[in-house]
Amino acid sequence: MSSINLDMSAPDGIIALLKYLLSSGKVSAVLVPRRNPDTGAYDIGLIADEAGLDSAAPVDPVMLANTGQILSSLTPAKRSLAVVLKPCELRAFVERVKREQGSLENVLTISYTCGGVFPLEKVIEESFADVIPNYLKRVASGEIVDGTRDTCRACEHFVPMNADVTISIAADAGSIAGCRIYLNTDRARELVGGLEGKQSDDEIDPAVTLKLAAKRKVEKEKLFNSLAPTGDGLDGVIEVFGKCVGCHGCGRVCPICYCLLCDFESRSFDYDLPYFEKELSGKGALRLPPDTIFFHLGRMTHMSFSCVGCGLCSDVCPVGIPVASMFKKVGEHTAALFDYVAGRDVEEKLPVMVYKEEEFSELG
Amino acid sequence: MTEKQQEREFTPKIVGFLCNWCTYAAADLAGSTKLEISPTLTVIRVMCSSRVDHNLLLTTFFEGADGILIAGCHPGDCHYGKGNYYARRRYAVLKKVMEGLGLEPERLQLSWVSASEGNRYADVVNAFSEKIKALGPNPINGRPDF
Repeated sequence: MSSINLDMSAPDGIIALLKYLLSSGKVSAVLVPRRNPDTGAYDIGLIADEAGLDSAAPVDPVMLANTGQILSSLTPAKRSLAVVLKPCELRAFVERVKREQGSLENVLTISYTCGGVFPLEKVIEESFADVIPNYLKRVASGEIVDGTRDTCRACEHFVPMNADVTISIAADAGSIAGCRIYLNTDRARELVGGLEGKQSDDEIDPAVTLKLAAKRKVEKEKLFNSLAPTGDGLDGVIEVFGKCVGCHGCGRVCPICYCLLCDFESRSFDYDLPYFEKELSGKGALRLPPDTIFFHLGRMTHMSFSCVGCGLCSDVCPVGIPVASMFKKVGEHTAALFDYVAGRDVEEKLPVMVYKEEEFSELG
Repeated sequence: MTEKQQEREFTPKIVGFLCNWCTYAAADLAGSTKLEISPTLTVIRVMCSSRVDHNLLLTTFFEGADGILIAGCHPGDCHYGKGNYYARRRYAVLKKVMEGLGLEPERLQLSWVSASEGNRYADVVNAFSEKIKALGPNPINGRPDF
């Protein structure tokens, strides 16, 4: 048995699964996105009591914060914890585990084939709830939904990697009326195997997901091409990142940027008057606050190969810099150097932490 | 002054991060054997090529260096065992980021020069200096909007 089918929509099916996990005592708490029915506000709920699941909105197209980042403070979990997270959030968490910023121990990861999320400015609109039914329909039919985040429309990794449990939503027309729950690991079979439903040996049909992946790939090429000539050459870099106000918000929300004391916020980037005088005499004019463009390039060299393209950085940017798209574009190049895919395998070491004796002979 | 004359006038400013255990000694050797070495290189002695992190290189570049040379022990010969292997990977990442943004990655160079290779040191520095001369000044100089 590798899957359980429930006669209800996929979101309802996930809630039923979470209720089962809590009521049977298989897990002590669940972490899942919620929607306040009165105000429409979203949050990520840590819920121990079954009643708390009534407001759960497990697959609403919203990402307030990267759950992978939040999960760091909840692990290593002493008691079993079930987490509903998007494929990119799971990949981000795996990247954090590699950096010793969390542990998968006692965590049941529940993810789903993802249709992407809307930018936060759309989520806070009053009419946002009305968008969701149509969104789910279009996602189920394998479409790319207009208005979702740039990096979501261009995301090829919408099938979760290494999730214990996968729910099929994107490119699954049956997900409107039925919920297919795939149990991928022993942990999933042990904790979820007792859930009542129609059991089968089904697996996610790769032909269907590959079709959507191909569409996303076309979208990705379009996105990357739209960034050029912007972001190409010094003029391009200044054009794209020159708008930066230096708030460092993109780094704060980034699930990969975990350093408690970021180099860019340390004293080494705190300049005194002699520095400015020297700079001024060389250039005749200076751009302040300093190092705003440097910050992005520094971050790119530090973590772009681990970028999962969740898109939060673009969302929080107050001046509309396409941070996520730029990082995704450059990140694909840096990751390709090492044949690395962020979040693919927790055992895979970070590319800058390992080496091969025979490699890059053309470089030095 | 014509453009051609200006080109002839350009003397690049290159910063070289040299490993204490090999290339720095090679530089010494090249000097004491009176080899001709381009005066364009400003040497910074580091204890290992892996000491050179991304922000150090980016700072050097953004402060206006026309070229950056990182030189250390040949693979397999690192004084600390494996520092140069890590340096090489980190360098590959930076080079790729600059390439991805079209930021003239050829202004960066990584070379392996052992303590006994005085001649090689002179060749590496002279050749890199010529390369940077041909590239022209770092465009970041004179960009008050950067």
